[in-house]
Amino acid sequence: MNINTTKIISLLFFIFSAFYLYTAYQIQVFAFDENAPFNARTFPIYLGYSGLFFSGLKLILPDPDTIKVEHRTLEYKKTALLIVIAVIYGATILKVGYFLTTSLFLFASYYFLGERRWILMFLLSFPFVAAFMYLLHGVLEIYLRDPFLKSIGVMG
Amino acid sequence: MIEGILIGLATALSFKNIFMVMIGCFFGTIIGMLPGLGPMTAIALMIPITYGFDPATGLILMAGVYYGAVFGGSTSSILLNAPGVPGTVATSFDGYPMAQQGKAGKALAIAAWSSFAGGTLSAIYLLFMAPSLSKVSLSFRSPDYFALMILGLTAIAAFSSKGQFLKAMMMVVLGLMLASVGQDSLSDITRFTFDNMNLTDGISFVLVVMSTFAMSEALTIILKRNDPTAAAKQVSLTELGSIRINKEERGKMYRTIPRSSVIGFLIGVLPGAGATIASFLAYGMERNLVKDEEKEKFGKGSVNGLSAPETANNAACSGSFVPMLTLGIPGSGTTAVMLGALLGFGIQPGPRLYMTNPEIFWSVIMSMYIGMVILLILNLPLIPYIARILAVPKNYLIPLILFFSITGIYVMSFNNFDIYLMIGIAVVATFLRLYDFPMPPLILAFVLGGLMEENLRRSLLLSNGSWEFLWDRTLTICILVTTILIVLWHIYKTLTKK
Repeated sequence: MNINTTKIISLLFFIFSAFYLYTAYQIQVFAFDENAPFNARTFPIYLGYSGLFFSGLKLILPDPDTIKVEHRTLEYKKTALLIVIAVIYGATILKVGYFLTTSLFLFASYYFLGERRWILMFLLSFPFVAAFMYLLHGVLEIYLRDPFLKSIGVMG
Repeated sequence: MIEGILIGLATALSFKNIFMVMIGCFFGTIIGMLPGLGPMTAIALMIPITYGFDPATGLILMAGVYYGAVFGGSTSSILLNAPGVPGTVATSFDGYPMAQQGKAGKALAIAAWSSFAGGTLSAIYLLFMAPSLSKVSLSFRSPDYFALMILGLTAIAAFSSKGQFLKAMMMVVLGLMLASVGQDSLSDITRFTFDNMNLTDGISFVLVVMSTFAMSEALTIILKRNDPTAAAKQVSLTELGSIRINKEERGKMYRTIPRSSVIGFLIGVLPGAGATIASFLAYGMERNLVKDEEKEKFGKGSVNGLSAPETANNAACSGSFVPMLTLGIPGSGTTAVMLGALLGFGIQPGPRLYMTNPEIFWSVIMSMYIGMVILLILNLPLIPYIARILAVPKNYLIPLILFFSITGIYVMSFNNFDIYLMIGIAVVATFLRLYDFPMPPLILAFVLGGLMEENLRRSLLLSNGSWEFLWDRTLTICILVTTILIVLWHIYKTLTKK
């Protein structure tokens, strides 16, 4: 059997399905539902077995179309950096507010992706977010929480 | 029916809705043009905005984005040989050679006219077919719906991935598993929440779509930034040439367009098939039907070879609305996204939709005509300018996609957990994409998960726990036999390929 990343993913999916199936069996159902033809755990149990079946087949059958990924050419560093920035953005958006965090997120993302045209970076972050906020909050009346703008008296 | 059409026409012709179609077509064209970003990404990005409108307007906007993205995809196919969407791969076979011969403007004009004709003709087919199919689908019972969902999921797995049926089926199961998180609809028992209150209501559809498409698409583009095969496609745009189509070329298109629109529409109606298969089949059929001297030109810049897939892919887009609007079963990944959005509006598409919400049903069909006209008016004169959008630097594009994705989730839940969950799913999806695990089956399964469980529940309860319901009704048997035939056809195709 040829061990490649697709097989490893299939193995992980097999383990995940086994865990899902185990959890499905642990779902607490009402006593009167326990022997019913269908209860809250029936469908998940079928899904768990289906996951085991398909990932098991993928594991044991030969893989004629092996996917080769050139890891050397992949930009892991920048992608990871972007994910970290997105996580920080997600963590601060509620406490700091939409305008400031979003503008800083965009500005930082442009910078880390290699952009150095400062004026364009600024225009496509702070004024752009302000315009977008106006569209959502002012025109479409979609509520946007922003403690920062509230504290400086811009938003009611 | 006439009353419904008039209601739909009045709704579609309102200033707001025409404006929405225009915005949708324009936005869709731009997104569809960018290699790697297809209609699903474009629609996913639009969903949070559509929730600010009434359902008819929201759906009209999404439909506009859909046609626009399919047309936009053909622009990058012709100019860069880098199809923006899979449905326009066949367009590049003859479109790109035409562009290399200095006839890029002509190729884009042929694509625009063919898309317009294909979309308009299929909207007419849809007008006549949808109500009759609605009437037929009223006879559907729970076992038939359950079987139909199995068919839809199997078909999308068999068609969507090049010989990767098992991978697609794994994605189907993963989508159904994600859909099972949260409260059980009947008993209110929580499942797979691990005592996390944020998961009690389940995982939001918008979150799954945003993370598996928009966000993971953006991460994949950054990840593959230095890929030499992707870099090779970044060629400079040369002169576009004239956009005039001469009499001889028009004559060829008159013959190609009607037959390609029929095949495109019929393929689009089938669950799981969609624009990609339609365009390839139309291209192949056209090649067999033309004279030998024209056959020689295929792959070297043939007008028929360009017109056929362009007509078929737009016709398939309209066709894929048939199962979604009349049965509530999406025919493609893109219509699955739209179905999810409709469910978010509290509307259940299905056979009764055109009776209970005629303004939605008919306005979408009517807006298709309007959309096609707008697409043509918008795109023909703007071709040289729109083409420049292909040069948008990734440094700006990627952060903006991430921004739209996170904003979409933020305005819906105001919850940090959802943002973390979205980033987590996007990272996993990006990794899976690297190894060719297709995402459309996951989305289709996620959308159908709840309905599938509901119909299985009803069927099993009515048959007292017996699986006999699968062969009790002729209709159920027919659907299941079709499913088996699709699987057998796929196995045969895989074996003969070897």
